[in-house]
Amino acid sequence: MRRDWWKWFLGIWMTLMILGAFLYTPVAKGLGETTRVLYFHVPAAWVATLSFLISAVYSIRYLQKQQIQYDVWAASSAQIGFIFTILATVTGSIWAKEIWHSYWNWDPRETSIFVLLLIYAAYFALRSAIEDTNQKARLAAVYSILAFVTVPFLVFVIPRIYDSLHPDPLINPEVKIKMDPRMLRVFLGSLFGFTLLFYWMLRIKTDIEFLKLKLTKRM
Amino acid sequence: MIRIEARDLQKQFNDRLIFSHINFTLQSGESLAITGPNGSGKTTLVRIVSGLLSPSGGAIVYHIDGRTYRPVEVYPLIGLVGPYLQLYLNLTAWENLVFFSKIRGLTVDKSRLRRLMAHFGLAGRELDLLKTFSSGMLQRMKYVVALIHQPEVLLVDEPTSNLDEEGSETVYQLLDEQQQNKILIVATNEPEEIRFGRKRVDVAGQE
Amino acid sequence: MNPRKYGLEESVWTLLVKSNIIFQKDFHLEFRTRYAINAIILFAVISLTAVSFSVGPIQLEPPIQSAMLWVIIFFSAMSGLSHIFVREEEQQTSDTLRLVAPPTAIFLGKWGFNVVLLFSLEIIIIPLYIALLNVEVQGMSAFLLIIVLGSVGLASIGTIMAAIVAQASTRGALFAVLSFPLSIPVLRSAIQGTWTAIQGGGVAQCLADIQLLFSFTVVILTSSILLFEFIWRK
Repeated sequence: MRRDWWKWFLGIWMTLMILGAFLYTPVAKGLGETTRVLYFHVPAAWVATLSFLISAVYSIRYLQKQQIQYDVWAASSAQIGFIFTILATVTGSIWAKEIWHSYWNWDPRETSIFVLLLIYAAYFALRSAIEDTNQKARLAAVYSILAFVTVPFLVFVIPRIYDSLHPDPLINPEVKIKMDPRMLRVFLGSLFGFTLLFYWMLRIKTDIEFLKLKLTKRM
Repeated sequence: MIRIEARDLQKQFNDRLIFSHINFTLQSGESLAITGPNGSGKTTLVRIVSGLLSPSGGAIVYHIDGRTYRPVEVYPLIGLVGPYLQLYLNLTAWENLVFFSKIRGLTVDKSRLRRLMAHFGLAGRELDLLKTFSSGMLQRMKYVVALIHQPEVLLVDEPTSNLDEEGSETVYQLLDEQQQNKILIVATNEPEEIRFGRKRVDVAGQE
Repeated sequence: MNPRKYGLEESVWTLLVKSNIIFQKDFHLEFRTRYAINAIILFAVISLTAVSFSVGPIQLEPPIQSAMLWVIIFFSAMSGLSHIFVREEEQQTSDTLRLVAPPTAIFLGKWGFNVVLLFSLEIIIIPLYIALLNVEVQGMSAFLLIIVLGSVGLASIGTIMAAIVAQASTRGALFAVLSFPLSIPVLRSAIQGTWTAIQGGGVAQCLADIQLLFSFTVVILTSSILLFEFIWRK
């Protein structure tokens, strides 16, 4: 119970952020009430990226050490990242319908998240096509690293297709935050909450996988 | 001088344990017979020793002149004949021999290759595509290819499968020569082949 | 007795020599069976005819002409580039190969083969494409340069993905699924560059695309060489 205090804290924290998002923050000019998606959509997209990074790092470690627990971390991180990628895509798409009047129009941000979805899908398809655990871990790790190497090029190449209409709270050339202080407080708080939530989910997922391994005496 | 050392080798595919606690050492001039019932992992052990597969636990190392190597590093020393190693069926016998000589970094010694072919009763078939060969002839051809580089370590999985009496005799003679001053590993259940291994490992009896 | 006597140490030169031997072996085998080249060229011709047939007499705009060309090249590549490793696995010669050659030489040889395969496809398909779709390429040198760089890029991705797919159980569909996300930078810059070149842009106008194609190919090729051993060794 005492070791789990942070889970209670997270519950209260996320409640506060949700209340804050709807009651405390003002709306941005031109975006109206749809501004409030910011506090959920951007953190989800951040976690999607973070989990992809973590998966790639653990893939490298797996190839170095050839120990199955690194593969468990890499695969679990990808699975949870996949959920957040879908969340980011769906929330973004609903927002786009309100503001751009269409759910999907290949804005660079939409394209990037779509490619991330494709990479995750390919990663899971590969994993399900290989029988042996070690072989699965090896090949999936190699794919994960190659996909990760591709990402910087995507970031460079995709914005050249169209100009983005996407609002840029964080990702803009000047790396400046143009936000009302109240918005910023809730936004950063939510970002922190989502990251902690991701960590919690990742721990649950890996604990389950490790238990499965123990049951089959593979560790 | 080459010494192969296997320490506590263990292999499993997912949940299925194939074998565990395999230990042996072998040095030049020694031979080993790997025995065990069908499905016990003889082939798996041969593949681990030759570096085609990595073990799940334990270690296999080659000691050569005081330095140690992993099996995958010493492939130039290894010759392997087994049912799962195929040759290029769409190339002729001679093209196969030339390819395997060159890729091993050897100059193509035509007269020696012809002698090897003849030794295994394949003289005159050099220019035929391997896909026209019978399974017994293919088995003979595999020996020719495995011997191109005069391997210090020869591994043979089911030495006489598909071979007639004459072919088996040639192989027995070869195995006998190999174990004189090099390393020979035979995986088999035939009593007259087990005798080529002065040391024994029973894969099933090592639980 | 030293390691060199046994051939335990490989120099860069012997690696290149050996990759050339692998390349020649595959070329020889391909020449005899024509398995990959038939598949890839027939696929390309059929998809080109399908495009030309469905478009009919309508004159396509350069952006669409360029996109169509790369869609055809990409799918043809997906139909043929995986043979190089799948064939070794299916005919059980891959273990034989593992025991005679260093992994890097094998990868480079197979990569060279796929590059040549894709080039031979384009020698046939591009004149046909120009004729059937009535394309007027005004910047020929930039056009050819982008075709060459794009093909090398696709062949690099195709080769390393083929090595992965050869060890999986469902090969056909998986190959395209794995290759597509990684091919997006190549396709995107190649389409952009081809479009510029068709409209008369020179190498200078396509420079950004050329730089991206080149650097991406170098990065993929380098990481593939580093990672190939992990795929190849079981």
